[in-house]
Amino acid sequence: MKVVVPTQLRGYTAGRAEVDAAGATLNDVLVDLDRQFPGFRFRVIDEQDRVRRHIILFVGGERVEDLSMTIPAGAELQIIGALSGG
Amino acid sequence: MSLELYIATRKGLWIASAGADRRTWSLRGPRWLGQQCHHVVLDPRDRQTLLCASRQWHLGPTVFRSMDGGESWKEAATPPQFPKGEPRGRAVDHVFWLTPGHASEPAVWYAGTSPKGLFRSDDHGVTWAPVSGFNDHPEQAKWVGSDKDETPDGGKLHSILVDPRDPAHLYLAMSGGGIFESRDRGADWAPLNSGVAMDFAPPKPDGGEYPYGHDPHCMTFAPSNPDRMWHQNHCGIYKIDRPNERWERVGKNMPKETGDIGFPIVVHPRDPDTAWVFPMDGTGDWPRTPPSGAPAVFRTIDGGASWARQDVGFPRAQAWWTVKRQAMCGDARDPVGLYFGTTNGEVWASDDEGASFHLLFRDLPHVYSITIGDRA
Repeated sequence: MKVVVPTQLRGYTAGRAEVDAAGATLNDVLVDLDRQFPGFRFRVIDEQDRVRRHIILFVGGERVEDLSMTIPAGAELQIIGALSGG
Repeated sequence: MSLELYIATRKGLWIASAGADRRTWSLRGPRWLGQQCHHVVLDPRDRQTLLCASRQWHLGPTVFRSMDGGESWKEAATPPQFPKGEPRGRAVDHVFWLTPGHASEPAVWYAGTSPKGLFRSDDHGVTWAPVSGFNDHPEQAKWVGSDKDETPDGGKLHSILVDPRDPAHLYLAMSGGGIFESRDRGADWAPLNSGVAMDFAPPKPDGGEYPYGHDPHCMTFAPSNPDRMWHQNHCGIYKIDRPNERWERVGKNMPKETGDIGFPIVVHPRDPDTAWVFPMDGTGDWPRTPPSGAPAVFRTIDGGASWARQDVGFPRAQAWWTVKRQAMCGDARDPVGLYFGTTNGEVWASDDEGASFHLLFRDLPHVYSITIGDRA
């Protein structure tokens, strides 16, 4: 699936804004992203499998938190850096 | 050999290198502009390796490692994290503190986190594991308290100290929670808070002392005598000579109009009776600014029996910045150099043991920590 990477994470993707990843579930996709870009998953998902506070995930345009969700065919994952900082 | 300051800020890392006279400094950076850097420490065992505790506003915490003095960095393969599925559901928000291990264990590092957790690396900071003897101690949940016992951006485990004579002998401090000691490499821990005030808690009905729950801000060995320890607390300045179990509030000898509240404390590298603090206003609404807006370092040369104001070079009034607990350090030269960073992005230095100070840098971001290293 296509994954849209926010600017904050492009240090892991050699600057690429879009990458491809595979997996039946959202967690599978994140694991595949971490395989391709080591360290990626932990910056987005904490050790208790919770999406980090200032990260929002969209799959197929729907905001999602459940890592076990099945990825619909043709959906795209967008990772958003939510409002934070100052 | 190069004396360097590692200036970790709310928005990135800068490194300053000293000229031979310690008067001229060159600044390089930023590295990780926009990222919060909480602590950057040069490994004194090889004088080459740097570790940096970092997080980005949106992203999770991590640790970076440099083998070339900060030119290139590599992220930890396994940053500090609590065990997945642990019953308390803890997750590391940020790595706050880094301590190199004992000289006989050159690959060991310790890390303190928020929420309060202790972690250890046995491979130079590449992978980290929880110190279960502390994090999962049956009393630990009581020691660390609730979110009411935390600093505004989360509780802090800090001031991890490794006895230079015994790698199994460890200390740590927590804001809040107090000071704890382990004699078995972290397998078990006991509080060490006797004699320390806890003005923010009601007196115990039996008139006794609370065993834990205190708020040490910064704790250190005297480098020349690790049995002598000092700490700056939310409620005073203390020293202890181990194996004594009771801290002595030597801050009571500070001028009354200044008080003995502050964040950092630095001890002379060769004289355990000489220490420096940076007092802040801990009255009223606790503005945590220099009292009356007139910054000053205070020094004792007699083990805290008396303190003398050192303010030559500082603004005389209307200066309201704060020096955080990790943001003051000293070098090992003779005379000792002192350095500190401020919440408004200034870095100040003294090359005469505090007799006078001068401004090294200004207009940096809010300084979280300053450490010094003699890089090989």
